[in-house]
Parts: sequence; structure tokens; C-alpha cells
Amino acid sequence: MELVVLSGKGGTGKTTVAAAMAHLASREGRITMADADVDAANLGLVLSPRVRESHQFFGEGVAAIDPRSCTACGVCLEVCRFDALFPEGGAVRVDPIACEGCASCFHRCPSGAIRMEERLAGHWFVSDTRFGPLVHAHLLAGQENSGKLVTRVKERAREIVRETGGDTLIVDGPPGIGCPVIAACSGADLVLVVTEPTVAGTHDLERVLATAEHFRLPAVVLINKHDLNPGRSGGIEGFCQSHGVPVVGRLPYDDRVTVAMTEGLTVTERLGGTILDEMERVWAQCKAAASGLRQVRR
Amino acid sequence: MIVAVASGKGGTGKTMLATGLAAAVASIRSGADGGAVVQLLDCDVEEPNAHLFLNPHLQKTAEVVILTPTVDPDRCSGCRRCAELCAFHAIAVLGKEVLVFEEMCHGCGSCALGCPEGAISEKPRVTGVIEEGSAGKIAFGRGVLNVGEAMAAPVIRYLKRRLAEERGADRLVVLDAPPGSSCPVVECLRGADFALMVTEPTPFGLHDLEMAVQVARDELHLPVGVVVNRDGVGDSGVDDYCRDEGIPILMRIPLDRRIAEACSEGLPLPVALPEYLGPFLSLYHRLKEEVGL
Repeated sequence: MELVVLSGKGGTGKTTVAAAMAHLASREGRITMADADVDAANLGLVLSPRVRESHQFFGEGVAAIDPRSCTACGVCLEVCRFDALFPEGGAVRVDPIACEGCASCFHRCPSGAIRMEERLAGHWFVSDTRFGPLVHAHLLAGQENSGKLVTRVKERAREIVRETGGDTLIVDGPPGIGCPVIAACSGADLVLVVTEPTVAGTHDLERVLATAEHFRLPAVVLINKHDLNPGRSGGIEGFCQSHGVPVVGRLPYDDRVTVAMTEGLTVTERLGGTILDEMERVWAQCKAAASGLRQVRR
Repeated sequence: MIVAVASGKGGTGKTMLATGLAAAVASIRSGADGGAVVQLLDCDVEEPNAHLFLNPHLQKTAEVVILTPTVDPDRCSGCRRCAELCAFHAIAVLGKEVLVFEEMCHGCGSCALGCPEGAISEKPRVTGVIEEGSAGKIAFGRGVLNVGEAMAAPVIRYLKRRLAEERGADRLVVLDAPPGSSCPVVECLRGADFALMVTEPTPFGLHDLEMAVQVARDELHLPVGVVVNRDGVGDSGVDDYCRDEGIPILMRIPLDRRIAEACSEGLPLPVALPEYLGPFLSLYHRLKEEVGL
């Protein structure tokens, strides 16, 4: 099963839940994990990874102009749609932060003064952890292509699943609904959405569920801090029921969760009681949901 | 003065801080003819939430469009030049059929410019909307990325065209940034006068704060300051980092379940808990000092 943990809104507990699912799954068999939140990768902070493979990741190129060949004819300024080029002192200069690497200027420059340079956009790693291998990445500050890096991370994680003969991949997803989220949940068996009973959590849950539906991915919901606002929790339950999305768990508001995570432990390792029971129930229900769906597909 | 509220990590309180700051400043200033004194633009276009705290009456004022290619099959020779030119792998040619993957298209126009047969024209495709309205003395704007669309940055670019033209110390503009540290954050932060980073004192908050500071301070050369939210929940890592890096901590908001409850109902913090009005106004004065106004 490939399980992707999403939330829409940030900070609702994706990493807490993904790490707990990984811990519980690892007690049953071989698992692989992927951190698909490449510009704020946090799963590694709980899993103390020992890096065994490290790779560079190159994004789109970036335009570079040779001032000796540039005649300042202005053709590149006309074709660039990203305001990445500007005239300066009889030549044209590039704003590398604005450049999207489309190479339109490179192709149109009549004097061959523009070349596209490779741009290091990040690194990705395969590491060993106490629960199994983790594929994770680090996008350099301000870079584009987080979706492409997420795809790379997931491809490698799937290879490892095959190599190790396991069948479980747990993916800690990014917030939002845009390109890294689409890359993270592409091809997943099940999306587990972690939400919270707040106006923002509810609003974002609706958008992330709509995104899952758009890509025809089955989803289940976990309400974190459900007792923070019982009225809004009830609203989420009602919304999910009317949209045919199962609510698979309800976790209480508990500051010990942050304490455990700060110590580098999953909540299922550190805490017993309600939180452990509920996480075990969530994992069991995710497995059931995914295998039920597999049977339907057959 | 344009203050962008960012964080790296999601859920640390960006929207709480952005709306709290706007509401606090709006409460003490009177505009000419009752006009707006603060502008707030919600740049978290994937998951915009600030309207839930300010309840503006919203109207659609613009559609965000990207120019995507359409191919005239009668003129296309199947030469594949368009697919070679596309840096974003948004075009594939199968036999004589040209397939365009619209969600991957950045709208750069390379394919249309480079088609030797002149077979490609561009048509606008809507990927999001801009909505504006007012909430009391706050002029409000937000971008909303359509569900299923990948690219947030163009929506933010459109939204920022709505920045109030009138500036200066008396005119506060608050930008509520998206989480993370990649291109949507860059798009939001560019051109701001100050990057205000909201973090929580945990290893997670710190890790993502460092990434966000790299974008704002090291790449974009903006002055940065930190707000520590849920102060007391974790460890001293954020304080140590700020001290070592010389980044001022401009405000601390304690770990307090009442704040979480107020936010869960979408109440601006200085409205729900009036004891926070003073700290938010102090923050505003500190920001003016930091920016040098």
C-alpha cells in the first residue's frame, strides 16, 4: 500500500501522523518512507536518518548572457514573460531568481549571446532509520521545481519498495494543493488527510479533498485536536459523511505530542493511552480501506 | 511599508499574526473619509485562510490566465520542434498528433515562437481568480488557485499587482505568505520591505525557519525578524539560532489554549483577547523602526 499523508493547511500534524503510521507499520513488516515536503522536510527530524546515498538535483536551467556578444538588440526582453531580463549599461542582465528556465531567450537571441546554465536546485538522499529506509530531499532556498524533486523522491522510494520485497510506502506530504502535492499523491493507493477543527483547517480540508477527487484518489480523514472545538469537529464529521469520506480517527489536543516529537520520538513510541490506541485504529482502518479498494479494482 | 509574514513550516501562525497585525493597526488609525488604512493580501493561494478571520465582502476582480498553446492540425507537419523547445515537458508529439499537458505549461510562448509552420497559437487558460473586498478599515485581497492546478506563483504575481500604490510609514501592507521556501514564497516576498517570520520553538519550526531566512535574507536581501509563537512548547533552539544570527525576536506569543480556541473560530487575536492589542501595536512600532520609518 502506498499511503500519502496530506492536510491542505500546514501544521495540522502530517509529520506526527506519518511518523506514527511508519512506526506501527514497521512492527508488521518491511516498510519504506518518503518525505515529499521537500522545502520543509521534517520527517527526518523524528527518524534520525543515517544517510547512505546522496544525490544532486538539477532544476531548469538559468539564462546567462555573455556581455561581449550581447548587442542589446532587445529581442530577449520582448520574448521573456517572467520579467527576468533587464537592460543595464548597453547589455542585458538576468535576474536568476525570476528566470524560470524556459530558454525562450536562448532560442531567439540573434547573436548567440545567451546560454542556459545548469542550476543546482537541491539534494536528495536515501537513509536508514529505525523503521526502514527513508527517501528524503532538501530543496535549496527559493528554488522552483519542488514537484519534480518530489517525483524523483517517490520514484526512488518505489524502487526501494520493490528491491526490499516490501509492500508498504508511507509518504509525508507537503501542505497546500499545488504542484508538490499533486506530485506527492500521484499514483497513491490512499490519501490520509489530517485536519483540525478550526475555520482554516475545515476550509483547507475541503480543498484538499476536492484535489484528491480531481485526481480520482480515495481519501480518509483524521481529525487532530478534535476536542479543541467540538462544534467544528462535528461540522467536519458531517461534511465527510455527506461526501462519503470516512473519518478514521480522532486525536485529542495534547501538548505532550509536541514534546515527544521535539525529543525525536514518534507519539506511538513515546505515549500510550488514547493516542496510541487511536493511531493503531487509524492504521488498521487505512489498511482496510486500501485493501477494500484493491478488491473493488479487481 | 510592506510586511510579508512567512514561516517555512506551516501552521505556526502566519495567518493569525497577519490578521492580528492588520486588525490591531486598523483599530487605532482613522482613514480619510473612513477609507482603508491597512491592506492585507493573502498570498497563500493554495489554501487562503485570512478571509476567514476578517470576513470581507469579496468580489472577483480578475481571472488569472496562462497562455497555453493550441495547434492547428492542418498546418502542423509533425516536426516535433515544439516538444524539443518546451523546457517543462508540457508537449509530446505522437505521430502527427501534438499533445499539450496544460497543467505543466508555464506559458512562456517558446513553442509558438519557434514553430516553423506557424501552426501554434496561444489561448488564455484560467488557473485562478483574484478577489477583493473590504473589512472595516482593512482593504483585503486574495488569490485562489483553482483545484487541480499546479502553479501557485502566477496567481501570486497577479495578486501583487493589486498592491496599494500609496506607501510610506502610515500605509501598512501585510502579505500573508504561503508555507515552505520555494518559488511561491519567493514570489510573495519579492519587493517587500520586511520579512516577518513566525515560528514555533521546536526543531521543526527552527529547521523550516532557517530555510525561510535563507530565502528572505540571503537570496532576496530583505531585513528579517522573528515572532515566536506557542512560546514555551519546545526547546531553546530558535532563541539560540536568532541570537547567533543576529535576528531580532520582535514578539513572543505564549502557548495558550485560549489562543488556539480563538483561532479555531476565526477571530483575530486582538479582537478575541484584547490583552494582545498592546503587543500587536508594539510589534507594529518595532517593524517601523526596523524598516527605518
